[in-house]
Amino acid sequence: MPPTRSGLARRQYGVAALFTAPFFLLFFTFTLAPIGYGGWLSLHREQTSGLGLGGEPEQVFVGLDNFTRALTDGQFLGSFVTVGVYCLVYIPVMIGIALVLALLLDSAYARAKRAFQLALYLPNIVPGLIAAMIWTYLYTPGLSPIIDALEQVGIPFNLGSDAGAVGAVANLTTWMHTGYNVIIFFAALQAVPREVIEASTVDGAGQIRIAWSVKAPMIRGAVVLAVLFTVIGAMQLFTEPFIVRDAATTIDQAWTPSLYIYQLTKAYDMGGAAAASLILTVVLAVASFLVTRFSKKGATL
Amino acid sequence: MSPSQTLTRPDRAVSPDHAARPADGRRTRSASPLLGKGVVNGVLIAAMLWTILPLTWLVVAATKGYADLYSTGGFEFARVRLWENLVELFTFSDGLFLRWLLNSFLYAGVGALVSSMISILAGYAFDKFRFPGKERWFGLVLLGVLVPAAVTTVPLYLMASDLGLTNSFWGVFLPGLASPFGVYLGRVFSQAYVPDELLEATRVDGAGELRTFWQIAFPLLRPAFATLFLFGFTGGWNAFFMPLLMLSDHELYPVGLGLFMWRQLINTDQDLYYPLLMTGSLVAILPLVVAFFSLQRYWKAGLTAGAVK
Repeated sequence: MPPTRSGLARRQYGVAALFTAPFFLLFFTFTLAPIGYGGWLSLHREQTSGLGLGGEPEQVFVGLDNFTRALTDGQFLGSFVTVGVYCLVYIPVMIGIALVLALLLDSAYARAKRAFQLALYLPNIVPGLIAAMIWTYLYTPGLSPIIDALEQVGIPFNLGSDAGAVGAVANLTTWMHTGYNVIIFFAALQAVPREVIEASTVDGAGQIRIAWSVKAPMIRGAVVLAVLFTVIGAMQLFTEPFIVRDAATTIDQAWTPSLYIYQLTKAYDMGGAAAASLILTVVLAVASFLVTRFSKKGATL
Repeated sequence: MSPSQTLTRPDRAVSPDHAARPADGRRTRSASPLLGKGVVNGVLIAAMLWTILPLTWLVVAATKGYADLYSTGGFEFARVRLWENLVELFTFSDGLFLRWLLNSFLYAGVGALVSSMISILAGYAFDKFRFPGKERWFGLVLLGVLVPAAVTTVPLYLMASDLGLTNSFWGVFLPGLASPFGVYLGRVFSQAYVPDELLEATRVDGAGELRTFWQIAFPLLRPAFATLFLFGFTGGWNAFFMPLLMLSDHELYPVGLGLFMWRQLINTDQDLYYPLLMTGSLVAILPLVVAFFSLQRYWKAGLTAGAVK
């Protein structure tokens, strides 16, 4: 802007402040302040001085005690193992299915692309709670057409086992989130330049070869981003196991880190819950870093 | 990719070179087009059945009584008593379910309206105005996108408890209003939908910034508003963890939490609670399905603008 308009520019400061104020006010109050408060909480423990009703509860500084307590708690560490195993099963399967479906939708053979996209996306709008309830019934022997059919062909599905529980939750979350990623991958595929595909066709590559060796690598960015968001979401898994555990009995109170945190919150161990939340956040940050790092490394190879 | 590109890009099925390709004499190398077409659409149909059948099961289950639920097949209709179930659902406990639905419309509907407006205002300001430290502030917004809910939930609960907001409408309503991702989308949409030249022209005409926003920019940003609203509405409608922590009074529950409560009670009276739960779940999904189908193009624009960018 030319300097003669500096008056106009100055007027923009006030307006900009006015326009962004509602957001930042709420953002500071309900996101940044809680993070700071959580940090403070994680270093304190509530103690009641005196007996029973006599004393006011008091926050006592305990240093890193809450962190060492969490990190030496087998239940908490176990929750990371469970969620790690779950991620190893769920993420490749879900992203793989989404990628294959998007490539199929993008192929010249696919018909009724719009209807397919809508149908595949539909589970994503179902509340996690209701999806979990539906599938819990679909996992119940005697009620479930699926379990009955599996048993008839000789594949017993044991929800009561550890593997069964991971499988049950992973199937549920795959059902919910695949369509979302299909839409994103499909949109990214639409942006692949036509000339590239034409060139490969002229070179004699078949449809499958083009899909796998030409198209898929070109939407690598979208796939990496999807993996990143999936990792962040999957590691905070809460609602689905919270419901499915009614049928899958091996899912305990501390099956995932979020369930563990919920359990501590309900027990009013706020210092412990805050410390566990921060540890989960650090693990999430490291995992996100690894995903982006790993994908960059792969790209240069 | 800008959202407008996403919206206007034609579906590739209509591009003739693409569709014609398999027939140009290369049959020896790839499978025959007929086979290819069968396999591709077959797999897609199988995937579609996988996504649709559980919902179909819910629809069928909502028409049954408890006895029929266990004695008949999951996709098989027994005596259809959908109407009885619905009447029971809406009259049980003085219309508690209706109360929950209304609560959800307040938390999710009004919440999404306010939240989208806040995001649009901030996103527009980040796109069109010049102010000191702009990109640094925007960096803070982007960082906010990455903050996991896990780290704020417990402190939020305690803060609300100190302020006496737990077990109140505001304890659930307020924390959901600021959406960093919404502000990010707001900026992207403002870039795509509101041409800078148009604003320059109105500024030269001497219109104030507020009036310019309301009369020129906001009408152009309506599709963006719809997208943000839909995201906020589904997110709010589906929220579970926060209400679960904050609320103990049944009268304040959103519909999801209410259904969860019924589920906890199911073994006390299965004849009563099974149909309530099934029919209630079906009814609770309907507003989302209606919103989704009636405004689907905004949905897709938002998804792809956020992820492909």
